[in-house]
Amino acid sequence: MVTIADYAGIKTAWCPGCGNFGILSAVKKALVELKIEPHQVLLVSGIGQAGKLPHYMRGNIFNSLHGRPVPPAVAAKIANPELIVIAVSGDGDAYGEGGNHFIHAARRNHRITYLVHNNQVYGLTKGQTSPTSDSGFITRSTPQGAPVPINPLALAIALDTSFVARGFSGEIDHLAGLIKAGIQHPGFALIDILQPCPSFNFKNTFNWYRERVYRLGADYDPTDKLAAFARAQEWGEKIPIGIIYKKERPTFEEQLPALKAGALVTQKLEPRGVAGLFDEFM
Amino acid sequence: MPLETTLMVGGEAGQGVQSVGFLLAKAFARGGYHVFADQDYESRIRGGHNFFRIRVKDKPVSAVSETIDFLLALNKETIDLHHRELSRNGIIIYDGENIKTGASDRFFSIPLEKIAAEKAGDKIMSNTVALGAVLGLVGYELNILLKLLREHFSKKPEVAEQNVKAVRAGYDYAQAEFNGKPGLKLNIINDKAQMMLLNGNEAVSLGALAAGCKFMSAYPMTPATPIMEYLASKSKEFNIAVVHAEDEIAAINMAIGAAFAGARAMTATSGSGFCLMVEGLGLAGITETPVVIVDGQRPGPAVGLPTRTEQGDLQFVITAHHGEFPRAVLAPATVEDAFWLTVKAFNIAEKYQLPVIILIDHYLSTAYNTVEPFDLSKVTIERGILFSGKDEDPAAYKRHLVTESGISPRAFPGLSKALVMTDSDEHDEAGHLTESAQERTAQVQKRLRKLAGLVKEMALPRRYGLKEADLTLIGWGSTYGALREAVDILRRGGQSVNLLHFNELYPFPAKIASVLSRAKATCVVENNATGQLARLIRAETGIGVSGKVLKFDGRPFTPAIIIDGLRKEGLV
Repeated sequence: MVTIADYAGIKTAWCPGCGNFGILSAVKKALVELKIEPHQVLLVSGIGQAGKLPHYMRGNIFNSLHGRPVPPAVAAKIANPELIVIAVSGDGDAYGEGGNHFIHAARRNHRITYLVHNNQVYGLTKGQTSPTSDSGFITRSTPQGAPVPINPLALAIALDTSFVARGFSGEIDHLAGLIKAGIQHPGFALIDILQPCPSFNFKNTFNWYRERVYRLGADYDPTDKLAAFARAQEWGEKIPIGIIYKKERPTFEEQLPALKAGALVTQKLEPRGVAGLFDEFM
Repeated sequence: MPLETTLMVGGEAGQGVQSVGFLLAKAFARGGYHVFADQDYESRIRGGHNFFRIRVKDKPVSAVSETIDFLLALNKETIDLHHRELSRNGIIIYDGENIKTGASDRFFSIPLEKIAAEKAGDKIMSNTVALGAVLGLVGYELNILLKLLREHFSKKPEVAEQNVKAVRAGYDYAQAEFNGKPGLKLNIINDKAQMMLLNGNEAVSLGALAAGCKFMSAYPMTPATPIMEYLASKSKEFNIAVVHAEDEIAAINMAIGAAFAGARAMTATSGSGFCLMVEGLGLAGITETPVVIVDGQRPGPAVGLPTRTEQGDLQFVITAHHGEFPRAVLAPATVEDAFWLTVKAFNIAEKYQLPVIILIDHYLSTAYNTVEPFDLSKVTIERGILFSGKDEDPAAYKRHLVTESGISPRAFPGLSKALVMTDSDEHDEAGHLTESAQERTAQVQKRLRKLAGLVKEMALPRRYGLKEADLTLIGWGSTYGALREAVDILRRGGQSVNLLHFNELYPFPAKIASVLSRAKATCVVENNATGQLARLIRAETGIGVSGKVLKFDGRPFTPAIIIDGLRKEGLV
């Protein structure tokens, strides 16, 4: 029986009070509740404080480049569809440097779970504006104030991302539930996670989020695209958390003819089959 | 005297230059001839000037000739641009009813459009009529071509028969009007010939399939696009996943992810796309992930000449990325080489756990050559040292274990209980990020130690011609065919010349220094502006070359251009 202790990793280097701690707890809880063992999981992360998360738990780890966790994650899933693949990014990683990868992976609908730690500021590089910083947010890189932010949920819904959710690092059980649903979802699952950065974001603090977030009720229908788009616009006084949008459609992997014979990584490599192609060239 | 001839089909994009040229080349290959064909086209879908040049010989051939014996001009511009390249007995085949030009006994006018309209029911078939006419002029066996057409259009029998009518009409017209006039008769040498006619891209693709490549991700870019397209067409048959990525950055990062998971993986692009891949190259370096990258060189910088050729990326690919880590660079010399070096690329990538670059160029990627079917019994699959998790304790597994050879056993995520961890940050043996000076030093040294084994895998350059000569030509990659022929021509003229030709370039096989230091005079011949191999040789051996013949106009070398360059250098 897999337990939380099986997921105990090395000592963290995050700041005290960082929202990442809550996310780390939620990821472990979700995996344990789904009875997934560490060796069955591949955690692919980018660079930023979020990118360190895999090291602080246990599993297979590919800590990739800044902005790039999604391409290796989707490819590993293709190579071995048995793996539970979770990509981990921050807001700069996912929506800045890696924006193009996010857009196209969502569109292709690879079966991975994408956790985006969204603290609306750059932490690792010490306090510059991020793609999700609130408009007018003043930092040393944007003394004039940040431009209009990306709305990751609205963007994801526009792309028909097959699972779009928002969690809050302060609500660990709720977040763990979203992560579980994301892992079980047959397709690309974006989970944008609101988290405070106690070192560099003094606007969107723990209390700021706490006062605003509310859970979507049982009466909310995430398959209604226009309703989802309307919820995705809510920001400021009230911020919804939960599964915002869902649309099941075929995954990239199930449409690949190469995977009909099973995982690519377990196939025998046989040079002689190529002889059958020589006739084409004669 | 060997029997040989060169044919050129010229016209604008959209006129079927490539199709007509390719069918001609294939018809001769089927009859037992050796064929070498190259293509010249512009970065456009319609218009401009394109040509397909075919050299046909009764002996092996691997370079183009400067002179044309049969120029099939589908438009007037082809005549204007190429009539000076005609050989002494060379002729021009054209439609005199459409193209007004000065007449002479070298101009063979055939009413191609008229015949097409009358015999095949559509004047658009005029290029097919021309195809038949060319074979009629040399009295070649028509049935070979008819069979080819029926195969080519096997899914559309009515189209096939229309083409057959057009070809036959052109053939008959040429035979009736010009019987024997061109003074060259090409008979079938062997109608049971079993030679393949393929280009560099196809050879790389077959090499990848033979090597067990299971994952390919790429973004379309000339000249490498046909590799992803060919592999995608075999996806089901060979269980190879092909992903059309959103950009080259994604393409290389995907290949790395698939390789980390345990699949043999590759990507293919041009030098311009490789620029975007450089970030990922270093990721493969530090995470020690085997990945094969094809760089189909074309003239740069930036977009440069997108449909033309150059050997301008050698120094770039051996030094690309910040920091220091091992990699390998292989540069196929021929179409056949492209197959074997691709197989080798996958093997050394996995044995040494590093990125391997196949440095090909537009010329070789798109040039067709006849080759014997590859002997697949000689293909080996070497996956390097693997951690199975069966006899060893999975809990003790360390992805970046420090070893004497620098090679750490590879495990794959999910295939055993071992946890496989790696990081683009410097990491410790387990794969966790570290800032420790000791761990950093140990990992850099471990990675670089792999070079000692790797360099032993690098073949010395091929020598062609005399063991010792007054002049040693030095080349690399796709110039091999033209260089060999230049050596032959010079030797027939009494010159003492030989050739050293590199196709495995990095880590540089520095053992060659003893041969180079004995050479009397040396001259590099390179399709670039600065002599990049000459710089590499000097950097690796301290030996300078006596001369450089360089060409960087986007066009390939021919033997005559090489000899002309050597004369200008005062070396012959």
